[in-house]
Amino acid sequence: MFKNELVIAGRTFRSRLMVGTGKFPNAKVMADALEASGAEIVTVALRRVDINNPQDDILKQIDPSKYLLLPNTSGARDAEEAVRLARIARAAGCEPWVKLEVTPDPYYLLPDPIETFKAAEILVKEGFKVLPYINADPVLCKRLEEIGTVTVMPLGAPIGSNKGIKTIDNLRIIIEQAKVPVVVDAGIGAPSHAALAIEMGADSVLVNTAIATAKDPVMMAKSFKLGVEAAVTARAAGMPGTRDRAEASSPLTGFLRN
Amino acid sequence: MSFEQVLDQYKFNDIKDFIFSRTAADVEFALGKEKIDEEDFAALLSPAAVNYIEEMAQKAYRITVQRFGKTIKIYAPMYLSNECANSCKYCGFNRHNEIPRVILTDDQIKLETDIIHNMGIRHILLVTGESPVKVGTDYLINAVNLMKDKFSSVCIEVYPMSVEDYSLMYEHGVDGLTMFQETYNREKYADVHPAGKKRDFAWRLGGPERGAQAGFRTIGLGALMGLEEFRTDQFFLGLHANYLMKNFWKTHISISFPRIRKASGNFKAYEIVDDLGYVQMLLAHRLFQHDLGINVSTRESAEFRDRLLRLGVTHMSAGSKTEPGGYAKEHDGKQFQVEDTRTVEEFCDMVRMNGYDPVLKDWDTYFLNGE
Repeated sequence: MFKNELVIAGRTFRSRLMVGTGKFPNAKVMADALEASGAEIVTVALRRVDINNPQDDILKQIDPSKYLLLPNTSGARDAEEAVRLARIARAAGCEPWVKLEVTPDPYYLLPDPIETFKAAEILVKEGFKVLPYINADPVLCKRLEEIGTVTVMPLGAPIGSNKGIKTIDNLRIIIEQAKVPVVVDAGIGAPSHAALAIEMGADSVLVNTAIATAKDPVMMAKSFKLGVEAAVTARAAGMPGTRDRAEASSPLTGFLRN
Repeated sequence: MSFEQVLDQYKFNDIKDFIFSRTAADVEFALGKEKIDEEDFAALLSPAAVNYIEEMAQKAYRITVQRFGKTIKIYAPMYLSNECANSCKYCGFNRHNEIPRVILTDDQIKLETDIIHNMGIRHILLVTGESPVKVGTDYLINAVNLMKDKFSSVCIEVYPMSVEDYSLMYEHGVDGLTMFQETYNREKYADVHPAGKKRDFAWRLGGPERGAQAGFRTIGLGALMGLEEFRTDQFFLGLHANYLMKNFWKTHISISFPRIRKASGNFKAYEIVDDLGYVQMLLAHRLFQHDLGINVSTRESAEFRDRLLRLGVTHMSAGSKTEPGGYAKEHDGKQFQVEDTRTVEEFCDMVRMNGYDPVLKDWDTYFLNGE
């Protein structure tokens, strides 16, 4: 039975939805949206918070008994910066989990595959559970899996674009080949996009902009929760395959049974 | 190709004529497109677009919320020195002006740092006049080292430097640079900068490029509106931003809209840009570059700044003092008069009341410094 439950590095999470914390109009709305999303993995940009201060506006809203706080290295331009940030987060008492983002281009925030790979190698050796944000590149996914990342996080479309699953053909290959959970990480702009990713076989989706910049972020968080649940339920129900045309009753071979 | 070479391909007055010849049809054409080009940008900067200001605003609002969310990044300037060897006709720091000249001592820098830190500010912009002999790289590096534990981001707005000197600043933890060209018209530039190092148009124009080469993460540009025909200057500012984005793809570019508010001293502005003109320029830039940072300082009034929140702005200063040592004790050595005199707390409350999140921290010195 396919469940709304996600296992990463041996740890079980109660939802296949992960959420980000950027772009919310305030910390209270963010906290309510997290609650409404049902998510258990919450990612926070280290650049945005004072990681050593538990009273930080954002951090104090994320109850460690309810959520896994997944620090991300957004803004890192190269492997060295990303590694440094991950170490700082761990030194500040975060669990050794990191969403690895190396995004040298500040406009589309597209991930640098070379620097991401280098950083992942170092962090895995240092005992981090590494969840790398990458382009939808099947070979890169395999290479990362080989060095021990606990997921791969290919993008559906550029981050923040809300364009949906534009990299669908590569995602299909990644999902087919992956031995670690596949989290579709960026570009998801509507619950239907999230549902499509899960229906296609992705293990999880990460959503931020679509929730945070909605007119009502809390209600939108709930809609994503429902979208993911719908897809999870559909997979449990056993989705029939698609066909290009209606199935006629054996026009070519029917005579054999006459 | 340097931006100077790009600029030399255009004649200022030809572009001005082009902008002023745009029609309502050109504006509508530009508004119908998702991504606009230079010609469309000229149409949105033109007088013909004034009648489309609401449509531009609606579009700019949607783009900005999608790209940045309902957030405003907050920063404050720290003026380290008003010593200046230049004689820019429009500037309060002009060496001929009789104002108290101050270069902050280490103790004064620490005092200003503590006060600004206690105001809640974590992104600081260090400002000086142009006096590389008295306030040079050694002075700046010392200042940065005195304060960098207290701030998440340290940017500089000082005289143009060489790539080597910028690299030195970057290595010591300065992550961003602001450099206003004032005007992109060489003749006007020469006219308003009669003496001093700042007279060198090309050296200043190349500053942002050299800074980007040195590695700075953010670079801020601007043209002082009112020195020249402002729509034309804004066109070149847009080209400048575009050039840097293309050539230095790892650096985030932002722009500011300083404007001459009223005649000061003997200086006569080319024109005074009104609020409508100001907002139109801001919106045109947002529609041209969806991800551009847009800064608004306390040079603008509180009432106006409150209105600008929804119009494409991403960064605002608050609680600012524009004289060296001014946070500890105000004096007359100001660069410009602060119009929005609210405290950081009051300003952030206003931002929140409007449904936006005032972001005090969006960078970390850990990016550039050791553990």
